[in-house]
Amino acid sequence: MNKCMERLYNGIIKENPTFVLMLGMCPTLATTTTAINGMGMGLTTTAVLIFSNLIISSLRKIIPDRVRIPAYIVIVASLVTIVQLLLQAFIPSLNESLGIFIPLIVVNCIILGRAEAYAAKNGPVESAFDGIGMGLGFTLGLTCIAVFRELLGSGSVFGIEIIPEAYNISIFGLAPGAFFVLAGLTALQNKFKMPSATNGAGGESVLACGGNCSRCTGSACMANHATLETRRLQAEEDALAAKKAAVARKQAELSEKLDKKEN
Amino acid sequence: MKELILVIVGAALVNNIILSQFQGLCPFLGVSKKTDTAAGMGAAVIFVITLASLVTSIIYKCVLVPLDITYLQTIAFILVIAALVQFVEMFLKKSMPSLYQALGVFLPLITTNCAVLGAALTNVQKEYNILFSVFNGLGTAIGFTLAIVLLASIRESIEDNDIPVNFKGSPIVLITSGLMAIAFMGFAGLI
Repeated sequence: MNKCMERLYNGIIKENPTFVLMLGMCPTLATTTTAINGMGMGLTTTAVLIFSNLIISSLRKIIPDRVRIPAYIVIVASLVTIVQLLLQAFIPSLNESLGIFIPLIVVNCIILGRAEAYAAKNGPVESAFDGIGMGLGFTLGLTCIAVFRELLGSGSVFGIEIIPEAYNISIFGLAPGAFFVLAGLTALQNKFKMPSATNGAGGESVLACGGNCSRCTGSACMANHATLETRRLQAEEDALAAKKAAVARKQAELSEKLDKKEN
Repeated sequence: MKELILVIVGAALVNNIILSQFQGLCPFLGVSKKTDTAAGMGAAVIFVITLASLVTSIIYKCVLVPLDITYLQTIAFILVIAALVQFVEMFLKKSMPSLYQALGVFLPLITTNCAVLGAALTNVQKEYNILFSVFNGLGTAIGFTLAIVLLASIRESIEDNDIPVNFKGSPIVLITSGLMAIAFMGFAGLI
């Protein structure tokens, strides 16, 4: 039981996906126009995350290691389809306002990341609690950002008007406002030296993606590492071959000179 | 012809995939440190999104619609995209090593990039036919490349600027993106 509580604490506070890990930036910026939307997106992702962690963790000994990423993607995509159909049937207004970001939960890096980092190594119960923790952490992050944007942008919180319309700064409800709010948030984190992926002392990386994601365990990264590794080996081999060729050429020159001298 | 150009301009500038649709932000913020890497990523994205738009739209029109299983589009599309990227990588490695050398590192990054799946789903949502889907995909990818190369060149030129210490790193990048988003909002009246 203690471990389950620890998972919840870990997901909501210690490794909060929005504030600390900075994962899933696309839905964070796109769906936080109003508090209801942000919370809806967070809870939808939570539902998918709990069940994907549960299923992947239960199947972790059956899925062969080499095809695990495609298998995870199929599981997550099926769950997302189920959730999308349920939303269409029961909360059509939320489905309408989140639009394309519901099917895009499939490629949300939080889900595949948790599957790789936690569910593939731990039991179903802990994994489900990890999903709940991470999902609630994500919901909390989205709701906070959304409340802030809605308050500044349209002067209301959850649809209840607080600031009169004349004092609204409508840019915060539009696309640029999302970037500005997130910029302010990360600047505050830098100022108070809070733990965050954006100011972590991640050293210079050779990865094409910038590699500023020390905790990222996405499939892309692994494939990328593999590509870079083969390329490095190839380069070393080439260098070795070039060296050998140079030595051989020198030897040939030397022997030629010797031949001339003897003559 | 005129409609095709409108689709490209609309996808690239008016509904720019990054700055107004918020898809594909991870590579936008991560790969934009240097202009040449950004251009490489952009080229790979153009290649993959255009191809993926063609293939997913053919699959949607010729398999999912006749069998009446369009609700499986998310699963079908993500699998097709993942397989396609793998296939493209193998094909380039064998037959065009120089292109593979330039794009190879970026290809695996693209599989789980929401811009690709997003473009495929937008084609379905807007009920484009196969030709329009390809052009919409091309326009989307051009918009992505434009945004990422612009951001990379801005980041290169502000690298040595005197930025307030708390805004160094990702905050200033986000503010730059926000200003670019404001600039791109100006294209809204274009069509």
